[in-house]
Amino acid sequence: MKRQMDFRSLLNRDNNIVQLIAMTILIFVVMTALSPDKFLRYYNFESITYIFPELGLLSIAMMIAMLTGGIDLSVIGIANLSGIFAGVMFKKFATDAGVADTGFGIVLLGAVIALGTGLVAGALNGLLITRLKITPILATLGTGQIFTGLAIVMTGGPAIVGFPNAWAFIGNGKILGLATPFVLFIVLACLIAFILRRTTFGINLMLIGTNPKAALFAGLKREKMVLMSYMLTGVMASIAGIILSGRTNAAKSDYGTSYLLQAVLIAVLGGTNPAGGRGTVLGVSIAVTALMLLSSGFQILRFSNHLIDFIWGVFLLLVIAINAYKNRTR
Amino acid sequence: MTWFQKSEVVIAGILVLAMVIIGLVNPAFWSLDNMFSLLRSNVIIGIMALGVLLVMISGGIDVSFPAFAVAAMYLTVKGMIYFNYDGVLLPFVAAATMGALFGCLNAFFVYKFRMIPLIVTLGTGSMVRGFLLGVVGTSMININKMPDALIEFGKSDIVNMVKADGSTYGLTAMILVYVGLAIALHLVLRHTMIGRGVYALGGDPEAASRVGFNIRKITFFIYCVAGALAGFAGLLHSGMIWLANPRDFVGLELDVIAAVVLGGASIFGGRGSVLGTMLGVFMLVMVKNSLIIMKIDTTWQRVVVGVIIVIATAITAWRDRRANA
Repeated sequence: MKRQMDFRSLLNRDNNIVQLIAMTILIFVVMTALSPDKFLRYYNFESITYIFPELGLLSIAMMIAMLTGGIDLSVIGIANLSGIFAGVMFKKFATDAGVADTGFGIVLLGAVIALGTGLVAGALNGLLITRLKITPILATLGTGQIFTGLAIVMTGGPAIVGFPNAWAFIGNGKILGLATPFVLFIVLACLIAFILRRTTFGINLMLIGTNPKAALFAGLKREKMVLMSYMLTGVMASIAGIILSGRTNAAKSDYGTSYLLQAVLIAVLGGTNPAGGRGTVLGVSIAVTALMLLSSGFQILRFSNHLIDFIWGVFLLLVIAINAYKNRTR
Repeated sequence: MTWFQKSEVVIAGILVLAMVIIGLVNPAFWSLDNMFSLLRSNVIIGIMALGVLLVMISGGIDVSFPAFAVAAMYLTVKGMIYFNYDGVLLPFVAAATMGALFGCLNAFFVYKFRMIPLIVTLGTGSMVRGFLLGVVGTSMININKMPDALIEFGKSDIVNMVKADGSTYGLTAMILVYVGLAIALHLVLRHTMIGRGVYALGGDPEAASRVGFNIRKITFFIYCVAGALAGFAGLLHSGMIWLANPRDFVGLELDVIAAVVLGGASIFGGRGSVLGTMLGVFMLVMVKNSLIIMKIDTTWQRVVVGVIIVIATAITAWRDRRANA
């Protein structure tokens, strides 16, 4: 009974969630109707749980940046650079047998390097935005170029292929029958949701996004909070990079470039206000699920990737129109 | 404001300094041949930058124009081949019109739904490019199929020189097209009501609408002209390189935005000039081209462009803050 009450209060708090769930079910039903034998296979859903976490994490990262009215266009660059730094290090430590059997300690070191890359890259974004007062769009556009450029310099262009088995486990393995990236995503999503809802840091971010001036007069340390939010974004992006390189067993400077648009789309679709102040992990998570179902359905229907890009674009514009319409009638 | 505080003068100063340094590292930089090829590389980025400048003055940002340019270019060339048409004027009008129509889409979403231009243009760009590659086709149109008139037009030179070894080089006449468009845009921005409206909108939309500027008209003007310039530049590009590639211009938005920011335009709107933008474009093109002359590995290009964006925006932000203080 109490659970039900909680559920209802959750729905009341954000009727956006209800719409998202309805949309997800609608997509599911339509795709099932279009190709029941292929779409409903267990294998299809299993492969979705491997693919969607990296996009989901990037979208959550984008949402965190949007909470303060910013945006992070460098997330893809950070993700790739993190994977590449780790990959380069594994090559350095590789024995004659290759990198596959690299010890656990070195893999851990690789993870630390990747996460550190995200942290430093995020801090750079945050410092440019808070100290030098560059608008988030241009700052992250520039740093995104720098990160991607460094990735090209490190690799010389082609992909770094071959990661340790323990690293591949993060992207390909199974924990208790569930995909490791999926488990990782659930854990991180809960963690971020907790940080945003229940800690001073999270509440402050919302307040800064809602009304920067009022937040300033209320004595919130705006600069420090924004800096920390970009560092968090950077770390989330690097985790996405770890999963991506683990899943594909490779890291390259131009992997996942179409993820940028998709991450923005999912964040906006998930109820995040790009002007700041509003956004939930739950909304973003449902949105990413809905869109993964959509694109996997289209792939089964043998739509080309370009056409799927087209549909993503149309979807983004539709969402903008619908959101604007909703806000006007309210 | 005294003359040496003008941002155009500062940019020009930095530009001259950079030219001297590059010239010292490798004197080949100053050869007429290199200068002509530098100017040639300015044309396409420059025309696109004029459109982005317009959007940035109004306080927006546009990342969809490379998609518009490539779509207008590819569809126009396809159309010319289909109708077996061999002319110059009509195709350019068609490409610019197509770009303007795409631009209307941006304007509609930006004005009607008050959505952040970045997100709108991300969506429209992805949509147009996805449509082009997914529906129209992905195959390149090579020189043997390209309309001859277009190639002839792209080949025309103002001056022709003969090198010592007998090979010829020249300054492309397209530079005149670029300069002509730039002067036209400059006149519109400085001396017409709608041009002043673009600055007013970028300065403060609310104030602009209260003094009687028609915000809707200005928004549509901005994005349609930006789209038209992109479409025009796209077709010109295919004439100059003698081929139409539907995958062209990927990632060009960053270079162009960097050039415009380098030219002193502020993303907060209300600031920016055509002359500054042209200098910014020249600077960016020169630095990118000169990496090769200066014997720096080309893999560093992206890093250099990124660093340029960050430094230029930091300086602009610092200048804006000082002006407001």
